[in-house]
Amino acid sequence: MTNPVQALNSARVRGWLYQALFLACTLAVAWYLVSNTLTNLATRGVATGFGFLQREAGFEIGESLLPYSASDTYLTALVVGLLNTLAVSAAGVVLATVLGVLIGIGRLSSNWMVNRFATLYVETVRNVPLLLQLVVWYTILNRLPSPREALEVLPGIFLSNRGMKFPVLVEHAGHGWILLALLAGIAAAIAAVRYGRRHREATGKPFPTLPAVIAALLLPPAAAFITTGAPLAFDVPVLAGFNFEGGGAVTPEFTALLIGLSVYTAGFIAEIVRSGILAVPHGQTEAGLALGLSPGKILRLVILPQALRVIVPPLTSQYLNLTKNSSLAVAIGYPDLVSVSNTSANQTGQVVEAVAMMMVVYLIISLAISGFMNWYNRRVALVTR
Amino acid sequence: MSKHSPADQAPIPTAPVPPAHWAASYEEEPSQASTPPQANGMTALKPFGWAKDNLFNTPLNTALTVACLVLLWLVVPPMANWLLLNASWSGSSEACREAAGACWSVIVVKHRLIFFGTYPYDEQWRPFLACALFVAMLGASGVRAFWRPWLAGAWALTLVGMGVLMWGGVAGLTYVPNDRWGGLPITLMLSVFSIALAFPLSILLALGRQSSLPAIRTFCVGFIEAMRGVPLVSVLFMASVMFPLFLPEGVTVDKLLRALAGMTLFTAAYLAEAVRGGLQAIPKGQYEAADALGLGYWQKTMLIVLPQALRIVIPPIVNQFISAFKDTSLVTIVGLYDLLTAATVATTDPEWRPYFAEVYVFAGLMFWIFCFSMSRYSQWLERLANRYTRR
Repeated sequence: MTNPVQALNSARVRGWLYQALFLACTLAVAWYLVSNTLTNLATRGVATGFGFLQREAGFEIGESLLPYSASDTYLTALVVGLLNTLAVSAAGVVLATVLGVLIGIGRLSSNWMVNRFATLYVETVRNVPLLLQLVVWYTILNRLPSPREALEVLPGIFLSNRGMKFPVLVEHAGHGWILLALLAGIAAAIAAVRYGRRHREATGKPFPTLPAVIAALLLPPAAAFITTGAPLAFDVPVLAGFNFEGGGAVTPEFTALLIGLSVYTAGFIAEIVRSGILAVPHGQTEAGLALGLSPGKILRLVILPQALRVIVPPLTSQYLNLTKNSSLAVAIGYPDLVSVSNTSANQTGQVVEAVAMMMVVYLIISLAISGFMNWYNRRVALVTR
Repeated sequence: MSKHSPADQAPIPTAPVPPAHWAASYEEEPSQASTPPQANGMTALKPFGWAKDNLFNTPLNTALTVACLVLLWLVVPPMANWLLLNASWSGSSEACREAAGACWSVIVVKHRLIFFGTYPYDEQWRPFLACALFVAMLGASGVRAFWRPWLAGAWALTLVGMGVLMWGGVAGLTYVPNDRWGGLPITLMLSVFSIALAFPLSILLALGRQSSLPAIRTFCVGFIEAMRGVPLVSVLFMASVMFPLFLPEGVTVDKLLRALAGMTLFTAAYLAEAVRGGLQAIPKGQYEAADALGLGYWQKTMLIVLPQALRIVIPPIVNQFISAFKDTSLVTIVGLYDLLTAATVATTDPEWRPYFAEVYVFAGLMFWIFCFSMSRYSQWLERLANRYTRR
């Protein structure tokens, strides 16, 4: 039996006491804030709750991946915004990775000029705020000539202040077959890789995996292409009156956001790739050479697997940053999630709900990306006993 | 690093050579490696040897060099013409329309607006002085010899001085409400204050995340992960539209202060992760030694753990400061008048509208100078920290 004063000397009892105190304080502050908010909302005559989602939005959205009109609900508008965010983030991640890897390798190049160019790029892009870069890209795209004097950068691809116009394939029944053949080819390629590995592990003899994969990927679609009669008709944009007709288009807002996000994030990815490759000791290359591996095989089998372990975790946070930075779209008028939520909040006065939904959605996206990258990281991680 | 233990250098039993000879031949090896005359050392002495080694040593490198040269040829002459040779440096917008190059007169005309926003024109020496003081203090804080307790006092004095200069209302200075502030002072103050306020908060969060008490740990993990999972824009929106709702009726908080609160919470979450890195880098023996001495939790934390952890954390803090500095540009979205907003406003003047590029180049250069010098400084700090640990 211990009396209460002695019990206070026990770290466990004091731990419970501190936690109880902490929880009480947190709850008190939360209750204070919530009650204030409710009073304030009541005096402003704003009804709380998510009922507004079912009401008519009444505003147009500049670009949408779904069919959308002003008579649709707020919920549809928010979904359109979310899809726009996801679209620009996905495209940005791919572009930034390609650009970043190229520049990161350029930073390590023994060629003095390539090295200097890559350094100049990284030091410029990383030290200027993304928002400023976005505004600059957007202003440049907006002040391009009008469609009548559009710049034809490549045959059929036109740049004007209405965005970029490009030719698209005319739909044809054969395309489905070609896609199907490609899918079959991918399946065959995966099977070939698996078989090649088993064959090598069982017999010790090399299997021509690369030629097999290339053949599996190219031959079935090519065969389908020829048998369906080579459907290759393009819908080329043509100038008609004040604007273009036909072809596909991306708006200046999307283009500016995509270029800005990719160029900015690529600067960070380049540094990650560079430090990842530098983290592999030179002895590994020498060991590979001593084993008689070719330079290509050393890169593929020795350097990259080890560099990836260093690269993947910080790369994940860059992908997350890119997705979160896509919220800067609101500054240049691209209708992403933040911008649509903002418009909805302004129209309905449901500020708390709109901001809360926006944050929860971003949290879910972040958790999904980091979950996927953690899964990938576990795959490439060093297996230790 | 491989170490050659005596066992490695001992002769293999079957080898016919005696130990002394083995050692001698072992030492000869490096000199043999350097004897071939076609090694890199020689080509560097020939004319264009450096270029041959660094630019044209393989066919791929030659192709890349040629591509770079073509790029330079395409980019540098027009850029130089635009930036310098054909540029117009002063005069009216008419003179700019004549000139083929950049119109730097827009900077000459608009620089006061870009730097100080809508601050009363005749009083703009005050924000200028405040910024100069601020930058000087920032520079002084970078010198390690000044890392003494009096630096904190000096900062407190500087901040009071800045407040007096910016607000006025005393010593014969006219009062300027802070919705007239703008430009560089806003950018500098938001970034420095958000870091300074976030720092103690981040230490508490990091300690809480490492705590053995589940309620506190859960709260800290939840806060850190939630803040790191959402974009700063949404936090700023929350700060600007939801904070007024949180407060009792009749209490209003200034727009600048709300943005500062949002930025502080956001920065604290990121800083907490940096501090956690420092806490985890401390050997477990240090904690155990403190326990063995009978120190309590706060004694252990303040005397043993934090002094060692924070030393490791200084470079990431500087990096976080660079991000905060760049991120202050986002306050333009919630309607504050920072350097970027001021630059955008300068481009909307109909007379100077065509010369947006010059204004943005100028604003970008301002940000770049601050960020680049700070990133160089952080690299120097990191080298300094690794000086004794490098092998």
